[in-house]
Amino acid sequence: MTATSTRELATAAPAGHRRAPRPARVVLHLFLGTVAIGWLFPILWAVLTSLRSYRYTAANGYVSLGGWTLDNYVTAWRTAEFGKHFLNSVYITVPAVLLTLFLASCVAFVIARFSWKVNLALLGLFTAANLLPQQALLIPLFRMFTEIPLPAWMSDSELLYDSYWGLILVNVAFQCGFCVFVLSNYMKALPHELYEAAMVDGASIWRQYWQVTMPLCRPALAALATLEVTWIYNEFFWATVLMRTGDKFPVTSSLNNLRGEFFTDNNLVSAGSVLVAIPTLVIFFLLQKQFVRGLTLGASKG
Amino acid sequence: MRLLSRTDRVVLTLMVLVPLLLVVGLVWLPALATVLLSGTDWDGIGPLGEIDWVGWKNYDDVLNIYPPFVPAIQHNLLWLAALFVVATPFGMLLAVLLDKELRGGRFYQTALYLPVVLSLALIGFIWQLIYSRDQGLLNAVLGSNVDWYGDSNVNIWAVLVAAGWRHVGYIMLLYLAGLKGVDPSLREAAAVDGSSETSTFFRVVFPVMRPINIIVLVVTVIESLRAFDLVWVINKGRNGLELLSALVTSNVVGEASRIGFGSALATIMLVVSLVFITVYLATVMREGQR
Amino acid sequence: MSRPRSQAEYLARLVPPSVAGLHRRALLAGAAGAGALLGTGLLAGCGTDSGADAKTVSLGSNQSDPKPKDVIAKVMDGFKTSSGVEVAINTVDHNTFQENINNYLQGKPDDVFMWFAGYRMRFFAAKGLTGDVSDVWGKLSGYSDAFKKASTGDDGKQYFVPSSYYPWAVFYRKSVWQQHGYQVPQTLDELTTLAGQMKKDGLVPIAFADKDGWPAMGTFDILNLRINGYQFHVDLMAGKEAWTSDKVKTVFDTWAGLLPIHQPDALGRTWQEAAQSVQQKKSGMYLLGLFVAQQFGDDEQDDLDFFTFPEIDSTVGAKALDAPIDGYMMARKPKSPANARKLLEWVGSKDAADITVKNDPSTLVANTGADTSGYTALQRKAAELVGSATEIAQFLDRDTRPDFASTVIIPAFQQFIKDPKDIGGLLTSIENQKKSIFTS
Repeated sequence: MTATSTRELATAAPAGHRRAPRPARVVLHLFLGTVAIGWLFPILWAVLTSLRSYRYTAANGYVSLGGWTLDNYVTAWRTAEFGKHFLNSVYITVPAVLLTLFLASCVAFVIARFSWKVNLALLGLFTAANLLPQQALLIPLFRMFTEIPLPAWMSDSELLYDSYWGLILVNVAFQCGFCVFVLSNYMKALPHELYEAAMVDGASIWRQYWQVTMPLCRPALAALATLEVTWIYNEFFWATVLMRTGDKFPVTSSLNNLRGEFFTDNNLVSAGSVLVAIPTLVIFFLLQKQFVRGLTLGASKG
Repeated sequence: MRLLSRTDRVVLTLMVLVPLLLVVGLVWLPALATVLLSGTDWDGIGPLGEIDWVGWKNYDDVLNIYPPFVPAIQHNLLWLAALFVVATPFGMLLAVLLDKELRGGRFYQTALYLPVVLSLALIGFIWQLIYSRDQGLLNAVLGSNVDWYGDSNVNIWAVLVAAGWRHVGYIMLLYLAGLKGVDPSLREAAAVDGSSETSTFFRVVFPVMRPINIIVLVVTVIESLRAFDLVWVINKGRNGLELLSALVTSNVVGEASRIGFGSALATIMLVVSLVFITVYLATVMREGQR
Repeated sequence: MSRPRSQAEYLARLVPPSVAGLHRRALLAGAAGAGALLGTGLLAGCGTDSGADAKTVSLGSNQSDPKPKDVIAKVMDGFKTSSGVEVAINTVDHNTFQENINNYLQGKPDDVFMWFAGYRMRFFAAKGLTGDVSDVWGKLSGYSDAFKKASTGDDGKQYFVPSSYYPWAVFYRKSVWQQHGYQVPQTLDELTTLAGQMKKDGLVPIAFADKDGWPAMGTFDILNLRINGYQFHVDLMAGKEAWTSDKVKTVFDTWAGLLPIHQPDALGRTWQEAAQSVQQKKSGMYLLGLFVAQQFGDDEQDDLDFFTFPEIDSTVGAKALDAPIDGYMMARKPKSPANARKLLEWVGSKDAADITVKNDPSTLVANTGADTSGYTALQRKAAELVGSATEIAQFLDRDTRPDFASTVIIPAFQQFIKDPKDIGGLLTSIENQKKSIFTS
């Protein structure tokens, strides 16, 4: 398990020796600096565009200065009703992430705790599901959702289709695979003696899972949670096809409301894009360490 | 497992069964249904009982009379090649450079993987601001008149730049994590032997990184096979941007509703995916067994 | 063809032949529909015990742009005032709405939703996915027979309430044309001569965009209508004529000849960008729907003018055009059928049309009883153009099977625009796919 070392990734490089600046180093900085700015540029450009009035840029072109305004944000917020849609995203993302982590950790625990023959098949089944192309599953899934009724108190559509529940379940089903994979590897690295000790104490399976394994998995869970929030929040395809009511769309899909059939205002769309990106950017900057660890946990398992 | 009480067994069963039902029911069964539908001419409307079986006709049509199919295969391969030859090595190079203790290293890292947190649909919007022929930045700066998204000779490359933009950050991150895991003493030993930095990397570090290398490779393959959001946001995967995923979607999701035909395309995609997924899982799990 | 005298007569020609013969049966169906209304009225009475539902009706709207969205809101406010029933408007982005229509109708659609007249409307009706509104038609007034026929399904019943329509024509800025002294071309030759002059004057003659795949259909439609006439066009759309025929080949040859006077690189441009090139006086003219006006500022509306696409074959004339009709349909099982019918009656009424006229300068209202004194000069001229048309098509993607239009025609037309040389191969490919799709 190399996760231990990856944990240090964002904070410190391994203890090295300080050298005086050499020409090679200057070139290196120059190179990395150029690349980094090049990488940031498209995002900065979107921000810049969003701060300018359409009339001004239409008349003067985008390579100009002036026409500064915050109106695009006001208009975007109002036109696309972002307030409502952000809330929808919360309704979908939070339960989906919690459920994914819970279910995935259950399976991962069983896979890691026991060395049954079926475990490998189980792991394969879950992980592969995460990698299948979503488009290929749409029609059967859609038909299924329109056939499964829900009581009216759960969804006003009275179907799994066009309900938050349906969207949550789809996201959970798709994201489970990745989390099972990461968590089972993480759990396998935990010393097996823990369970032996717990069994001596007469702890049930549930207690072993909940009181022994889970607390030790906190770092992995935190990392995965960060990652999953980002992914489910960014999810675009399922929300577009499995929801019907425009008012229930999560924010990522509602961005399309700014791209009208008969009018496309680049500046307005930029403002909308920036607004949609803000939550992920905030999460990213606040929880950068978790985010990075989440991604690397998946790959650099030992 | 005689040590397990009855309650334990029930708990264990539930712990596996509930998630399993969810994944089988919402992923694997629909996948199977798609394969079955590919042999029908269903238009997506009306009860399932009215479906007519048409055998291999859809596959025959896909291969023989559907012009976008061949370009789609080519573009998926090109996508793979571009990521594999350019974006992935570049991401690895950046990881190697950032692995040194550098002042401002954190800033570089952050800048590079910022695109990874954005949704692909959003990335499509963002690059549109740069590529638009009449309103985009690129033509304004270059004074050129190239139709970056519309000219089918260049648009796939333009899109690959955007896709690579995101991919580089992802690979850099994965690889950097792997590099941090390499035992420093290996490198020190090589340095003592008088090996140059470059040759140390290729002779010592790279071989040690085998599992990561394979994962990076497979991530690249899967990403190029599943590429979708970007081209969909740009022009629904038409006119030079045909990709398998986009063809499936435009046949199945849109007003068109050629379910049988679209399912045949989807099945082809599923089969190709499963081949690579199997390779991936086999590798990862073999590593996991060690 | 002689010029008809009344607008009703002009519009009478807009009906596809497949439904034209049906109106006697439609009357009978109307009577049956009235009977059905009594029945459903009773059922509705039973079904609306929940109370809250009795005062609301839901509307699926694809009008997500600010201006039209606002107009819809005003029309629905008017409904609330007149009936006391609240309309819950469910707005979905236009493209998303259209893409999801199959799923939408088979799921739980809104009581009433927006759609277009044409093949697709009749297809949904025939599949039983939408409700019979013949009884509502019994209460509507101000519609010509033609609109009624355009609202009629293959079984002779009405399934659609038209609200607005817009013609396709060649738009230009008067100021630009005055400045250079251009004259409206009457024939194809005059058009190419004019285009040559525009090129000399540093203008792009005809703005063109086809990134979204549908705008080029407008060009094909008008060329086919001008060269081969309406009947052939309709038959071609219905899959009855071969795409490999010489007639179709002539259309593409003509089109290929015109491409050099069209804006290049059309495949990367949205129609909005093309329209803006006209607005910015960089392009001389643009073949598009009346909605092009939305890309012009309020102060520029008076500068916008249009002419119908010129004649190509004098035996065919220049009196046919595309003028799609937008309107409303009812779900097959609305939650409150009574309110849904009330709403449809309202949106088809003169009062609702009056509200639209007052608020939306980019569309024409379908109800002839509406007070059109609020029309701009452009709208008035557009209404006259449609009125003087001998036949009216609905637009390619509304006149043919949607699977054919979106998965075959769009890529094929884009291929043609990219490389206009291999017309024969392209048409063979279209024909092969057409056979496979139309026989399935």
